[in-house]
Amino acid sequence: MIPASFDYHRPASVAEALSLVAKFGDEGRVVAGGHSLIPMMKLRMANPQHLIDLRDVAELKAGIRDDGGTTLIGALVTQAELIADESLARSCPILREAALQIADPQIRNCGTVGGNVANGDPGNDMPAVMMALDARFVVEGPDGTEELPARGFYQAAYFTSLGDNRILTAIRIPHPPTGHGAAYVKQKRKIGDYATAAAAVLLTRTGDRCTFASIALTNVADTPLFAEEASRILVGCTLDAATIDRAVAAAEAITRPSSDGRGPARFRTKVAGQMVRRAIATAKARASG
Amino acid sequence: MGKMHVKLTVNGRAVEALAEPRTLLIHFLRENLDLTGAHIGCETSHCGACTVDLDGKSVKSCTVFVAQANGADIVTIEGIAHADGTLHALQEAFRQHHGLQCGFCTPGMITRAWRLLQENPNPTEEEVRYGISGNLCRCTGYQNIVKAVLAAAHELSAVKEAAE
Ligand SMILES: Cc1cc2nc3c(=O)[nH]c(=O)nc-3n(C[C@H](O)[C@H](O)[C@H](O)COP(=O)(O)OP(=O)(O)OC[C@H]3O[C@@H](n4cnc5c(N)ncnc54)[C@H](O)[C@@H]3O)c2cc1C
Ligand code: FES
Ligand code: FES
Repeated sequence: MIPASFDYHRPASVAEALSLVAKFGDEGRVVAGGHSLIPMMKLRMANPQHLIDLRDVAELKAGIRDDGGTTLIGALVTQAELIADESLARSCPILREAALQIADPQIRNCGTVGGNVANGDPGNDMPAVMMALDARFVVEGPDGTEELPARGFYQAAYFTSLGDNRILTAIRIPHPPTGHGAAYVKQKRKIGDYATAAAAVLLTRTGDRCTFASIALTNVADTPLFAEEASRILVGCTLDAATIDRAVAAAEAITRPSSDGRGPARFRTKVAGQMVRRAIATAKARASG
Repeated sequence: MGKMHVKLTVNGRAVEALAEPRTLLIHFLRENLDLTGAHIGCETSHCGACTVDLDGKSVKSCTVFVAQANGADIVTIEGIAHADGTLHALQEAFRQHHGLQCGFCTPGMITRAWRLLQENPNPTEEEVRYGISGNLCRCTGYQNIVKAVLAAAHELSAVKEAAE
């Protein structure tokens, strides 16, 4: 379990990191918390000759702050730091709920939110949450800064629109509507396991009538999935059993899971449906209105 | 791809060495520094036997390169007993409450629990279970480990109160 040799670099700024990324091209790789990359390097599924460690890049550690109606989370904020942020837990509680279901305490001390969304593993939990929240990924490269919507970011397993010559600096999350209810519900075999299937749901309601809904799924395709049709079905309707059944069916219809140790594909599609059902019920109960 | 110069503090002692950047922190501790307390269980970030404290946080040292730990302050199980050699309350509690059988997971368990009790000095049973959920034990069924951590928390709070 010893990775191939590499040279180690520790840039202190985004500009310096980008120049190393440009210099080493395919032979370089940035590392944040390392808790996805190092396991892959041990398996020699990743063999960077130059490891560019972002840990000292001050701009990426800018923490969690309010920025004109949105919340900006620095790429290097760890999952543990995100969980500890009380004001974020009040304004956008689904982030803490999801982070608490990632891995275990030691791994959350290292793993970063930026690494989790940049990694591109369909098993990562934050990408679906970011899709449900309609977050934007702030990326910097040779052509300047750009904000990419989470909903269009994931192309295939480990393949995103980030590109090889850019780094993710922050995640921008619009404030969810006031009074919203949200839930991240994940089925896993044990603590520290990736999801058999998981669902992120945000909604608002007036009485029983749904006024806004956003649903996304984890680990039931080679990318996280924004369940657009399922979200649309809820809006304007009473959140009754028949409507929820229709939304669950629409969510199941877009899944394309693989059969693996977590179960056969058909089972995982049904688990995804159950996760959506439970997440809707919890989000509905949590929404004020 | 040569070696690099690393400088860290381990159990209060300054350490300098030449190491390949790819060296995992657990290998560096065990092989370069002869600190064989932290164990290698799975080497795949699952079992927690390799848990050490890095800059005030519990981490799995099989998933940290020594290069990343350059400049860090590290505490291993060897640094937890008191300077005069008497056991820390957690170590004593594991002994009293039979919190180990084969002992393989114990250094990681205690090092993790040591940090947990600083983060949360009076945890509930559930918080202890959740707090050590990154550490696997194949022997005890966890019952006595949890008992030991709760007993140590109690003991440490009593000592603190007496001092105040
Ligand atoms: C045992 C175990 C269980 C786990 N369970 C879960 C789980 O249940 N759910 C879950 O979501 N995750 C899980 N993880 C993964 C963990 O959360 C990772 O920490 C996370 O996926 C990646 O974050 P990182 O900071 O460690 O990224 P790294 O490993 O450092 O990087 C991951 C990838 O992203 C790239 N990258 C990182 N940061 C940037 C950046 N700022 N800009 C551009 N590219 C970047 C790297 O080049 C690399 O390709 C688990 C990990 C382990 C070891
Ligand atoms: S040896 Fe590090 S987690 Fe098992
Ligand atoms: S005592 Fe044997 S693994 Fe825990």
